[in-house]
Amino acid sequence: MKRSKMMEFGVGLFMLAGILGVIFLGLSVSGMAFNGGKETYTLQANFANIGGLKPRARVTMAGVTVGRVEDVELDTEWFDARVTLALDSRLEGQLSRDTTAAILTSGLLGEQYIGLSVGGDPETLADGDTISDTQSALVLEELIQQFVANMAQD
Amino acid sequence: MITRITRLGRRGCDLVEALGRAGMFLGQSLVGRPSGEGVKLWLRQMHFIGVLSLAIILVSGLFIGMVLALQGYTILVDFGAEDALGQMVSLSLLRELAPVVAALLFAGRAGSALTAEIGLMKATEQLSSMEMIGVDPLKRVVAPRLWAGFVSLPLLTVGFSVIGIWGGHLVGVEWLGVYEGSYWGNMQASVDFVDDIGNGMLKSLVFALVVTWIAVFQGYDLVPTSEGISRATTRTVVYSSLAVLGLDFVLTALMFGEMG
Repeated sequence: MKRSKMMEFGVGLFMLAGILGVIFLGLSVSGMAFNGGKETYTLQANFANIGGLKPRARVTMAGVTVGRVEDVELDTEWFDARVTLALDSRLEGQLSRDTTAAILTSGLLGEQYIGLSVGGDPETLADGDTISDTQSALVLEELIQQFVANMAQD
Repeated sequence: MITRITRLGRRGCDLVEALGRAGMFLGQSLVGRPSGEGVKLWLRQMHFIGVLSLAIILVSGLFIGMVLALQGYTILVDFGAEDALGQMVSLSLLRELAPVVAALLFAGRAGSALTAEIGLMKATEQLSSMEMIGVDPLKRVVAPRLWAGFVSLPLLTVGFSVIGIWGGHLVGVEWLGVYEGSYWGNMQASVDFVDDIGNGMLKSLVFALVVTWIAVFQGYDLVPTSEGISRATTRTVVYSSLAVLGLDFVLTALMFGEMG
């Protein structure tokens, strides 16, 4: 009977280790956060070109992650990209109306993310508002084209 | 010529018959209410199949993670992209290597043992004696082993991934000097819980089903001689390895290809 108890304990430990492993993978490897209780509010932003921005990409402010990209779709009125951002609700009513959103790249080949920087307008953005001042993603081909055109002019 | 065709036909019939037997066998073993006794038997098998396989799985996982980091680093550093090492190690482990390698090791370590054990039970007529005293060997011998296999392989796969990623960290960050923040940060940015971890787990569940099923059925269906046992054990390892690798391609195409 003693041995059977030891065995049961071993199996229990094994299963516990498996469950802990899944939790580790979830939290530390896939970077999933328990944002069930975390309140968010949404802002919209239109970009002329979003490059490789995908849903779930980070939204940062001074390098600190403050939200995620919720949705990317084509605005059929202006034919530009309409990006929906879900931001930490602690920032609600804190961002000024002239906040700018830029699509940045982490490193040379890294993921693309959105960087916000606040302006000086006393009025603030409310839930569902649109950020008007945006800066598109850097597309390498366009950059090269510009460079070549400038070279040709000289 | 006619005898050749007849032989081919007999082969075909045998194959279909064996598949049918295997299907019936699986159905009959798994249907039914678990009893207290069954849970105890299951625990015993979990210990043998799962806990005792832990060592080989963890050691292999550690080394595979370390090798991945080393190989990945030498390639990525040429492009100045060694920051993406964590992403490379974790994605290749979670999506592909952990389910497949764990299943192959599991087939070698636990599958062959299951076949030999059940085969010897059959050869020494323990199975028919059980039937004689009114105990269903499918419920008593086969079902606990099947369930133990289904539960332990996914758990072992999780262990494999975790220790592999840690091994990659050991080599990449501690030894080769990749920045720790980018190792974990890029990993977290690119790994999705459902798409990567969930699909990897789904794969390993399918492999667990296939490998355990093949192992137990080969043991149950073998010719009860010493030669038959050795053949069946070999067949278990060969068939389950082939099934795992073949199914892996199909599953990968469905999950990560454009077909899904």
